Amino acid sequence: MQATESNFKRFVEVGRVVLLKSGPQAGHIAVIAEIIDHNRAIIDGPTTGVPRQSFPYKHLTLTPFRLTKLPRAAGSGVVKKQVEAEAIVEKWEKSSWAQKRAAIEKRRSLNDFQRFVVMIAKKSRTDRVRKAVHAAKRA
Amino acid sequence: MARSKELVPGVGRLSRSQVYAARGLHKGLKKSEKPAAPEVAPTKEVQVGGAKNGEKRTVPTQKAPRFYPAEDVRLPKKSHKHPTSASLRSSITPGTVLILLAGRFRGKRVVFLKQLESGLLLVTGPYKVNGVPLRRVNQAYVIATSTKVELGEFKVEDKINDAYFAKSGAKGKTSAEEEFFSEGKPKAKEAFPESKAADQKSVDSAIVAAVKKTEYLPKYLKASWGLSKGQFPHQINF
Repeated sequence: MQATESNFKRFVEVGRVVLLKSGPQAGHIAVIAEIIDHNRAIIDGPTTGVPRQSFPYKHLTLTPFRLTKLPRAAGSGVVKKQVEAEAIVEKWEKSSWAQKRAAIEKRRSLNDFQRFVVMIAKKSRTDRVRKAVHAAKRA
Repeated sequence: MARSKELVPGVGRLSRSQVYAARGLHKGLKKSEKPAAPEVAPTKEVQVGGAKNGEKRTVPTQKAPRFYPAEDVRLPKKSHKHPTSASLRSSITPGTVLILLAGRFRGKRVVFLKQLESGLLLVTGPYKVNGVPLRRVNQAYVIATSTKVELGEFKVEDKINDAYFAKSGAKGKTSAEEEFFSEGKPKAKEAFPESKAADQKSVDSAIVAAVKKTEYLPKYLKASWGLSKGQFPHQINF
């Protein structure tokens, strides 16, 4: 049998960084510390404000990030050390996925005046683009 | 007074005898002293005109009614409710930008100045910015945005109150003929009073200065607000 050839890239495993989809910490990331069964795992996010708890996979999304050196059933302290060593939270924040999420959240939280300013900015950008295209066409 | 706390509608915490004891009714009810009503004479003397009518006549002070209903009808109960002026929403403070939802200036964004005694809100465009003058507006027809103009120490003069906005005098009586001939022709408009224009200018000068400090704010106040497709007021952050 050849070495694992799978269509899947992200696995539920110890060290996998997950994004919480529901509950009070929805939108935060955590790390899988231990697998309980085919439905649940113990997740822990000591630096992201997620308390150590069992969580169903149904309410998790797997991310492409994982802690490579995390031992199984590690306590919060060990998880914290590994998270800081691999700077996984910073990697997540820099990813385009996280940045898109942040942009959507910001857009939803805008107040009336801010939406007006955005509208003005969009108009001026479109205007500049149009003028540049026109100038390029003539050239 | 000792109140029997309601456990369930119709069922109080204390029983009838417990309430009696808590109220101390064994001491008897207090008799409230009502001041005696002033004595009014049942009849009065009235001067009567005319040569053969005799000079004076005794006449009852209160006339008996001309009409009695055929059956005794139940009188409706009198309401003891009193209207109070609306309490101001916590999101509305002097300098808040409001969106008017109804009336002549619906859709306009205006600056809130103060709440008047009647409960109505005093707002101004400012006039030079979007054409809204000093005006009273009902709180119920207004969206309060979270944008605030910094007015600092500025306070509107006390003379601008509900009486300031009262409509002036009765319209002159026109005969039916005049009215008939003048229908369809443009009515003669009264020139806007100088004092009111001056008041508007003095209030607006401070506000326009404050508005100009923030970038885009004058443009914002000039623009109208509206809902577009996919926008729902309960989901938007104002």
